[in-house]
Amino acid sequence: MTVAFSEKTKEKFKAILAKYPEKGAALLPTMWLAQKEFSVITPEVEEYVAKLLGVPLVRVHEVLTFYTMYAAKPLGKYHLQLCTNISCTLLGAEDILEHLKDKLQIGAGETTPDKKFTLSTVECLGYCGTAPVLQVNDDFHENLTTKKVDELLTKLK
Amino acid sequence: MPKPILSKNFGKKNAHSLGVYIQDGGYEAMKKALTEMKPEQIIQEVDKSGLKGRGGAGFPVGKKWSFIPKEAPKPKYLVINADEGEPGTYKDRPIMECDPHAVVEGAIITCFAVGIHWAGIYVRGEYVKSIERLEGAINEAYAKGYLGKNILGMGFDLDMVVHRGAGAYICGEETGLLESFEGKKGQPRMKPPFPAIVGLFQGPTVINNVESIAAIPHIVKNGGEWFNGLGAPGIGGGVKLFPVSGHVKKPGIYELPMGTPLREIIYKHAGGIRGDKKLKAVIPGGASAPVLKPEEIDVPMEYANLAKIGSMMGSGAVIVMDEDTDLVKTLRVLMCFYAHESCGKCTPCREGTGWMAKIIKRIEKGEGESADLDTIVSIANGIRGRTLCPLGDAAVGPALSFVTKFRQEFEDYIKVGAG
Ligand SMILES: Cc1cc2nc3c(=O)[nH]c(=O)nc-3n(C[C@H](O)[C@H](O)[C@H](O)COP(=O)(O)O)c2cc1C
Ligand code: SF4
Ligand code: FES
Repeated sequence: MTVAFSEKTKEKFKAILAKYPEKGAALLPTMWLAQKEFSVITPEVEEYVAKLLGVPLVRVHEVLTFYTMYAAKPLGKYHLQLCTNISCTLLGAEDILEHLKDKLQIGAGETTPDKKFTLSTVECLGYCGTAPVLQVNDDFHENLTTKKVDELLTKLK
Repeated sequence: MPKPILSKNFGKKNAHSLGVYIQDGGYEAMKKALTEMKPEQIIQEVDKSGLKGRGGAGFPVGKKWSFIPKEAPKPKYLVINADEGEPGTYKDRPIMECDPHAVVEGAIITCFAVGIHWAGIYVRGEYVKSIERLEGAINEAYAKGYLGKNILGMGFDLDMVVHRGAGAYICGEETGLLESFEGKKGQPRMKPPFPAIVGLFQGPTVINNVESIAAIPHIVKNGGEWFNGLGAPGIGGGVKLFPVSGHVKKPGIYELPMGTPLREIIYKHAGGIRGDKKLKAVIPGGASAPVLKPEEIDVPMEYANLAKIGSMMGSGAVIVMDEDTDLVKTLRVLMCFYAHESCGKCTPCREGTGWMAKIIKRIEKGEGESADLDTIVSIANGIRGRTLCPLGDAAVGPALSFVTKFRQEFEDYIKVGAG
């Protein structure tokens, strides 16, 4: 199978390249483009990105595995990321985690069988003043309570 | 209470747009810098301001700039650190969301002062709104001729780029950040050479935190002495954003004079402890800062004063714990964090953080023994000062301070379990 960016994404890729003094520096942004386009960074996508930038495949693989936000495996439609670091834990993040596990019937790091939800625990998200906080895809839900979690889950269709 | 400076646009509608920013006096400092000042004069003003790096290490900003060689065979770079990953810290995000032009203007002045023509801001991957706002501000600045070629007709060129991180605390460390910027995994580099000599793409590089850069326009506009005078009497160094979290009635970001007593931040500004409970412990400068006991909170929040009592200012993030806090659990959370975020490049940090996490987990499960506490202390002492980057020491700070300052609570936990 061959993977390739759409024409539109190719334009974006070119614009990114033009911004950096060195081509290799465009690796992280190119991986973001790839993740947006293909959802998952499969080995084929890794090869494609390596070729686009003229960097060794192993470097793409290192980057994929070093950073936590690139998806090497498919995620659910909604990626629920609960901060369990200090300020959130002080204000009850562990109860929220138990509640989420219970409601979704999955553990942290797992995806529901209908592929709707993936549950992850993450480190500090930079919302400590409104802890506990849950990131759902690109949105942040602050000052969480179990009641708020219930409302949120029914809204996420 | 003096008028806020750094946080004046927090929560203000449309403050992020160029029009509103200019109406409020924005970009006047840039004009002053580029048309009326010499680069050396700008650096002098920043020196006089007493501004110290707001990212954690607290190095004087003007001094850092003056380390950059005037003539260099490679281009020079500015890298702004917006990785904001130190647990408890959430102050740079509202600057970028509500006042992105302050960051752009600060970057332009910095680059003009140091002779830089390419600036990059490294924003943590989760901060999507910050990225959007910064990109918007940068586009507006290009359209207005404040970025790009021949800015204000003064023959000064500058390009600015937003670089999105992808989830790794260690990329906040300045050399890990440079690696990540270059499209590699974010493992720290050996120092020396320091980034001021060999940094991004091998060129001399200034690395500063978002809050440091956002303070620059105010310093240039009103003068270094003015900024310095905003700090507490006898302490100086301007104002600082203190993000407060944990068991307080009013968590939030407080802009206060450098040197404000920690007690005042907790009890006056953040409203005191929730439910009027007693204070048990407080971390004064983000997760890596050694914990303080209630009798230590009269300390002025300032670099040297905190260092004197064995802690540190770090990012200025205040994390408050009330009398019911389970410190074993809290330390477990911190130790697991460092074990997870250790990049694995050097053995004492990679192995040591893992061991400490394992031991504290065992204690939490009720399977610990008193000797485990001594083991934590000896592992921590084995890490301290023996690692490539400061993350190792960052893990040591909470480990040693929790276990030694609250030894009795840990002993009791081992004997009878939680609560
Ligand atoms: C593990 C680690 C994480 C760090 N994270 C950050 C961060 O998220 N933001 C930041 O500005 N500085 C962070 N720093 C400090 C930077 O290395 C550097 O000192 C700072 O960006 C310099 O800017 P300043 O002088 O303006 O503070 C971190 C340091 C370490 C060791
Ligand atoms: S101290 Fe830890 S994080 Fe820093 S380089 Fe060594 S292993 Fe990596
Ligand atoms: S500790 Fe949870 S957002 Fe910072």
